[in-house]
Amino acid sequence: MTIASQLSINWGQGALITGASRGLGRALAEALAANGARVALVAREPGPLGDVVAAIRARGGIAHAIAGDISDPHAIHRIAGQAQGLVGEIGIAIHNASTLGPTPLRLLLDTECEDLAAVLETNLVGPFRLTKILLGAMVLRGSGVVVHVSSDAAIDPYPTWGAYGVSKAAQDHLARIFAAELSGTGVRVLSIDPGEMDTVMHAEAVPDADRATLSRPAEVAAKILEMISDGERAPSGARLVVPKWESAS
Amino acid sequence: MTARYAGAVVGSPGTLTESIRSSGRSTQLATDEVPRHRVRLIAIDRASDHVSLRPFSELPGLLRADDLVVVNDAATLPGSLRGETADGTSFELRLSGPIDGSRLTGVLLGEGDWHTRTEHRASPPRLDVGARVRIGTLEARVSTSRGRRVELDVTCGADSLWQALYATGVPVQYAHRDEQLALWSVQTSYASRPWAAEMPSAGRPLTWKVLLGLRRAGIEIATLTHAAGLSSTGDDALDRALPWPENYEIPERTTSAIARTRARGGRVIAIGTTVVRALEASGGEAGSGVARLRLDAGHALRIVDGLVSGLHVPGESHFELLGAFAPRDRLRRALALAAANGLSGHELGDAWLVV
Repeated sequence: MTIASQLSINWGQGALITGASRGLGRALAEALAANGARVALVAREPGPLGDVVAAIRARGGIAHAIAGDISDPHAIHRIAGQAQGLVGEIGIAIHNASTLGPTPLRLLLDTECEDLAAVLETNLVGPFRLTKILLGAMVLRGSGVVVHVSSDAAIDPYPTWGAYGVSKAAQDHLARIFAAELSGTGVRVLSIDPGEMDTVMHAEAVPDADRATLSRPAEVAAKILEMISDGERAPSGARLVVPKWESAS
Repeated sequence: MTARYAGAVVGSPGTLTESIRSSGRSTQLATDEVPRHRVRLIAIDRASDHVSLRPFSELPGLLRADDLVVVNDAATLPGSLRGETADGTSFELRLSGPIDGSRLTGVLLGEGDWHTRTEHRASPPRLDVGARVRIGTLEARVSTSRGRRVELDVTCGADSLWQALYATGVPVQYAHRDEQLALWSVQTSYASRPWAAEMPSAGRPLTWKVLLGLRRAGIEIATLTHAAGLSSTGDDALDRALPWPENYEIPERTTSAIARTRARGGRVIAIGTTVVRALEASGGEAGSGVARLRLDAGHALRIVDGLVSGLHVPGESHFELLGAFAPRDRLRRALALAAANGLSGHELGDAWLVV
């Protein structure tokens, strides 16, 4: 966090993070708020989200809770409206919420079509709907960053990770096409693979993992903030991998 | 539809009168909703006598490389809220401006909904200062009451207020449209903070194809935020005083863009009358303010050189405002051209450009 705050971006702006009640989303919200951003946290369940917001406020940060399900088409304009009503113009949007689909993970031939569609709704279509609302204003202002939290499953065809891997590969490409269409406008659209982290989601996917080998969400969040602030090494359309990112000295 | 788009129809006074006479049409505009990709535009030249009909998507070609386009980036609030007094009488609260902390400012209407014309709606219950009301899951206390105009203080925190607002509110709409408007259908493609009681609808046909086309043509685009208010309250006396004072905020990058445009001899084109109101009220200064001026044919424009807006007929306040840009007879000819070609005067309809 302290490293990121030394870099050039003005952090004192509105930020929106989905899936913000736990894991990487929570860590990103805390890191952004610690740097002075006004943060709108989105998650399905108001209870745990309220605890995170209270914790950020207790440390002097500006945070607001929005209960909403990113996979629900009717919820998207509400989420965007609440966020901009509460924190003003959004300059940083992070699509962190995602679902694995049913766990234990299944082979594609055992994956129900409805389950694949539901994963795409949460991981691809929902973020697309939300970006569509937020990105236009960023383009007219000439600045803004949209981050899609990706996964190595977007690149490597891991057996049983079918629905999730397909959704993340599509999301990466969505980011690249947005970047191509909006080249030169001052906004950046990124995909960031955070690497393997010690989170609830990871435990659901890989229950027998050695947790000592997994990185901490707070460390990953600090690196993602560096990427957000570094337009040169993280240009629009880039797909970045946190474990390969060298912090600027 | 395609045939109408095929070529620009250029009207000179003589030919236009002819075509209207022969088709027997008056300046009655159609009232259908037009998809945002299909909007047509009547271009009115302030300097000459020309009016022409184009697809809206040709806007970049109708402006000059030195021009600046200014849009209102206010998102539209779900400003129609159902409420109940302590004794169980129901009412509708229509927000007339942005939410200020925990304060809702709006107009009360009696039982019923948009299907009934506002002027025919039942009178709202009288709410005195201090009265408690319930709006969806929100509890509120009346802090100001001037007839139908009220200010309510919500007792919960900001997060709960905004959650409840978007859970229960729907866009304000009027009797000419039967189906409920969806929240997404009343947003421009660049909407940001939810400040507008009604959609700044002149920006609706600005698809990203058009916006990026403007940029490619060397035309700058700048934003301001203007809290567009209600267009009708159902109360004659109140309606005569519309538009009420409206909050606006103009960023410095926009006033710099205006100064640059002036310096190079370009023109400032407002997308919508709310942009005209904000810019003319501001005198070109950046910052927050309240627009109190009422624009009409007598107003000498100081900042704005051109306007894109929905079509309006004589008698409507928007038409009178257009008088500040072009003589009435030219506007009437433009309307005749619009009517002869079936253009729509719906707020989600077709458009005109005066520049």
